[in-house]
Amino acid sequence: MLDGFALLALLVATLRAATPLLLAGFGELVAERAGVLNLGVEGMMLVGAATGFIATAATGNPLLGLLAAALAGAAMALLFGLLTLTLRANQVACGLALTIFGIGLSALIGLPWQGTPITGLATVLWPGLDAASPLVQQFMLLDPVLWLALAAPLLVSAFLYRSRPGLVLRAVGESHDVAHALGYSVLRVRYAAVLFGGAMSGLGGAYLSLVYTPMWTENMVAGRGWIALALVVFSAWKPGWLALGALLFGFVTIAQFHAGALGLDISPHLLTMLPYLATVLVLVLISRDATRLKLNAPAALGKPFTATG
Amino acid sequence: MTLHRRSLLAAPALLGAAALTHGAAAADPFKVGFVYVSPIGDAGWTFQHELGRRAVEAALGDAVKTSYVENVPEGADAERVIRRLAQDGNQLIFATSFGYMNQTERVAKAFPKVKFEHATGYKRAVNLATYSGRYYEPRYLTGIIAGRLSKSGVIGYVAAFPIPEVIQGINAVMLGARSVNPNATIKVVFTSSWYDPGRERAAADTLVAQGADYLTQHTDSTAVVQAAEEKGVWCSGYDSDMLKYAPKTHTTAVEMHWDDYYIDRVKQAIAGTWTSGDVWGGMASGMVRLSRFNPNLPAPLLGEVAAKTEEIKSGKLVVFSGPIKDQSGAVKVPAGKALTDPEILSMNWFAEGVQGKV
Repeated sequence: MLDGFALLALLVATLRAATPLLLAGFGELVAERAGVLNLGVEGMMLVGAATGFIATAATGNPLLGLLAAALAGAAMALLFGLLTLTLRANQVACGLALTIFGIGLSALIGLPWQGTPITGLATVLWPGLDAASPLVQQFMLLDPVLWLALAAPLLVSAFLYRSRPGLVLRAVGESHDVAHALGYSVLRVRYAAVLFGGAMSGLGGAYLSLVYTPMWTENMVAGRGWIALALVVFSAWKPGWLALGALLFGFVTIAQFHAGALGLDISPHLLTMLPYLATVLVLVLISRDATRLKLNAPAALGKPFTATG
Repeated sequence: MTLHRRSLLAAPALLGAAALTHGAAAADPFKVGFVYVSPIGDAGWTFQHELGRRAVEAALGDAVKTSYVENVPEGADAERVIRRLAQDGNQLIFATSFGYMNQTERVAKAFPKVKFEHATGYKRAVNLATYSGRYYEPRYLTGIIAGRLSKSGVIGYVAAFPIPEVIQGINAVMLGARSVNPNATIKVVFTSSWYDPGRERAAADTLVAQGADYLTQHTDSTAVVQAAEEKGVWCSGYDSDMLKYAPKTHTTAVEMHWDDYYIDRVKQAIAGTWTSGDVWGGMASGMVRLSRFNPNLPAPLLGEVAAKTEEIKSGKLVVFSGPIKDQSGAVKVPAGKALTDPEILSMNWFAEGVQGKV
């Protein structure tokens, strides 16, 4: 059975599996709280993963890779913003187009770099830990991006609920007309939120190509962008529930492998289903009250803003 | 739509080429299509098929025109792609993944004049042949290496799906490992995907956390050997040489070589001597091999593996020969008997020592 060693490994593996979901999810949460529904998360993650990998392979510096990934994700988001905010195109259609575009673009720019070996991001040891100890070596593979992902729920909550700009952002998401009448620039706020979402998605993608599996292959995000999107909606746009959903998904993803490796008498097909099943179940329970879900949803979500008066 | 991106890009070039050669007396090249389940990349199952395709082009030159569609999911999409290749005038089509079986069969019925070849499947027709490699033979050898190198005796196996082709490999590694270490065990984790680096990585990490100190895989990406390198445990790759992804810990890999088979079959199709059938090539035919060995492997082990390789090639060593027990300890193959090919092809049980569920 599982001993303390294996339990610690399970915890670390859970955090690593949840990291891309946390990053992309909290980016999207901020965008949606500002009233913008960006379905292009998967595409932005892929472009971030490819760009981050290329920058790392070219410069040898994974930190530059992360920076490039965030910028690339933000650039994709800027494109989305131009279409939906400035030109007021349909957000759902543009988001889907952004994903399809991102899949193709990342495959195209990443093609010459397939199979290039890179040195991924170095891990950060807590001060005081003995780097030579096998326990520390084996399991304390925690890197700066993971710490950032773990801090994201706290930082985003503090921003949304404890700061004035956060209040303005939520107001824009609830009623852009009122926010506009009060003198706030709806477009500026929304651009900032969308760009933040793009940068976070890019980082989430780069986590996969620089840390989790240091390689670039086509379509390597493998649907995690869609999971992050679903988590945002099912968590009723609440940071706490979103963090819980991402960690739960990560945990069950890893737990299924542990169950398989322990030789438990469970069909592997059922195990594969488990993360989705568990996450849907928990989040349905959270959001079972339809009226509450409706009340929680940003009222202006997905609606284009036209300044009047 | 990743499926046709390259073929779309290629289309204008093809039209241009067709316009140039129009009116020339030269015979039209024989068109051969390939369907790949994952991106080509630079290692793995699909990459080896791509090497086979390039070998056909190199060997037959202007007499053939090959094309491929990569990253085709198993299932309904595959039928559309295979049908399209048939409609585009390909006269011989290689469908290179197990999950294309029913789709290939349906398209073969609809295009009786086109010849089809399906890798690793078992459904055949007059115009539908099957081919595969006896991967379990080199697998057995990696089992010997694992049995010798693993200190804990626990081998971690990242596998895609519990189908016979995969189970053969797991059992072969188990038998090879137990031939040198009677206490060796295998822990298996199924990822339910031929190609998902993230899941393969997580599965590899899990196996190491549960005590495995030798990793091997039946999935298509290099994530498992990269994880092994990072954790400092020995590993062997699959499909292609993966040494460059794990220079310190990659012992060797089970490699497929389709070149000769593809060239032969295309030549036969052009000459009109192609007939349907089933080819299952082993180490003796060169269709399956071990890739170059890690320079850090001890010389006695290399000698042992070389000797066993010769025994397999000469037929002296038969991998699935008795006595073999299954997980419950019941005798599955009695001493003096060996499994027949149909029995190997329908293998749905784990040998003694394998932990995990079929």
